[in-house]
Amino acid sequence: MAFNWFPLWLSLRVAGLATLVSLALGLWIAYLLANRRFRGKELLDAIVTLPLVLPPTVLGYYLLVALGRSSPLGHFYEWIFGQPLVFTWQAAVVASTFHAIPLLVKSARAALESVDRRYERAARNLGASEWRVFWRVTLPLSRRSIVAASVLAFARALGDFGATLMIAGDIPGSTQTASIAIYDAVEGGDTLVARVLVLVLSVVAIGIVYFANRLQQRQVTG
Amino acid sequence: MIEARIAKRFPAGPESAGFSLEVEFQARAGVTALFGPSGAGKTLTLDSIAGFSRPDHGRILLDDQILFDAVSRVNLRPQQRNCGYVFQNYALFPHMTLRQNLVFAADRHPRLERHRRVNEMLERFHLADVSGRRPHEVSGGQKQRCSIARALIGSPRLLLLDEPAQGLDALLRAELYSLLRKIRADFQIPILLVTHDLDECFELAEEMLIVRDGRIVQSGPPLKILKQPASVEVARLVGIPNLFEAEITALDPGRNTSRLRFQEFELTGTYFPGRLLGDRVWLCVRAEDLRVAPHNGAKPQLNQVPLKLLRVSEKPQSVRLEFAGDISVEISSHEFELQKDNKAWLVEFPADALRVL
Repeated sequence: MAFNWFPLWLSLRVAGLATLVSLALGLWIAYLLANRRFRGKELLDAIVTLPLVLPPTVLGYYLLVALGRSSPLGHFYEWIFGQPLVFTWQAAVVASTFHAIPLLVKSARAALESVDRRYERAARNLGASEWRVFWRVTLPLSRRSIVAASVLAFARALGDFGATLMIAGDIPGSTQTASIAIYDAVEGGDTLVARVLVLVLSVVAIGIVYFANRLQQRQVTG
Repeated sequence: MIEARIAKRFPAGPESAGFSLEVEFQARAGVTALFGPSGAGKTLTLDSIAGFSRPDHGRILLDDQILFDAVSRVNLRPQQRNCGYVFQNYALFPHMTLRQNLVFAADRHPRLERHRRVNEMLERFHLADVSGRRPHEVSGGQKQRCSIARALIGSPRLLLLDEPAQGLDALLRAELYSLLRKIRADFQIPILLVTHDLDECFELAEEMLIVRDGRIVQSGPPLKILKQPASVEVARLVGIPNLFEAEITALDPGRNTSRLRFQEFELTGTYFPGRLLGDRVWLCVRAEDLRVAPHNGAKPQLNQVPLKLLRVSEKPQSVRLEFAGDISVEISSHEFELQKDNKAWLVEFPADALRVL
């Protein structure tokens, strides 16, 4: 029987999509936290950080309640896409996104705040809109840290287990990601599958951390 | 023309003393220097005009446009103010080439016009050869010129310069001064120059505002301030070394004379309007206004006092002589050549060089 690579591909796809979503959402939140003064700013920061400190099962439970078939959001999703969100691979993307976003927001906020304010002032002085200041000055000057943060977010999305299991379930060939497949394989005594997946995930993780560190070091010296 | 009245308070914190800025001035086309020690509020003044710092009270008017008015709550964003700003240490965008820095600044012009202007500025500021390089790949002088070109490319109505000569060597300084003189002639806009270098004020400025502890303590043409400082504080700031406590012992408006006693000497000066007999005053004399003569035993003439020479320091153009009693005299190198073998010295205080504060 051929080795079943499906869980690994699914994990990579889910983590990739989750990284993109959390990058878009996370950059926006990080921008607000770094540049704007508004009421409840620190509360927003705390809420965004929550998934980092809560047990993944708690996060998964919240998502299940918020997005389940009987919730308004779940209804809305079903009405648009014609099928429920929970227990699909898209639900795994949602879980991984929430799992990854705190890391991204934290690092991106620090990266945006570390850009020398003089450059942003100079840009405003030259007539650039806030939008242009962000895209042409702030973001390019912090891009290495932000790429590094996205890479780490990808790694974290790849590793999610609890939240994904709660909201997407464990359906082989559909929502069974690599980390869940490893658990199943160990439970079922299928050591070969477990070993291969563990090895591949470890190599990917090492590669990612190495790459992220190099990016950040170059930013410091360059 | 820029008219500014700016008041801003920073309350004292646990680790910082409080500070309050309260300045009011006007500047016409030409260079106006904001001169004063660091921490006096010079950069804060520029930042308030450029819109980076919001005053508590006051009003800032550029030509006919209100940039800020506390009463009517007008506060234009920095983007809307059209003030060219040359930042301390240039603040060129490090991830862009010099050309891209200029293109970024010329954004409000249409495409063709933009390229024409960028090329024109690159030529004018001698940057065409290095336009493809990033700021860290060019020299300090080139960075400096690029930051000025970037500030001017949008045809601002006002140019703000924050310590532009800092960190430049003497040669680049001279280059910068001639460049700024050309800009003054070509652009005909007010130029506000923040500096703590007195020579820079004399090189460039038509008007000078002396700023200290958030207040303008004197304003006027640099030479006039040097000749008649308004207070001991100003005299110290503009580097007048000879400041002594003295007493007025005689005043004669009819013959336009006065007598002053300081240390153990009696000097004759011109009449000091508004002073009374017996007033304790500060006597202020520029080092360049004092003269020296050999002391050969004869009775000193009027306003000549015998003094012991303590130290001689030679400068490129002149020689500074320091005498006992903290009296400094600056004479030309030529004059010093003639007198350097003097055994004893007389220092002469010309009557019209004596100022009282």
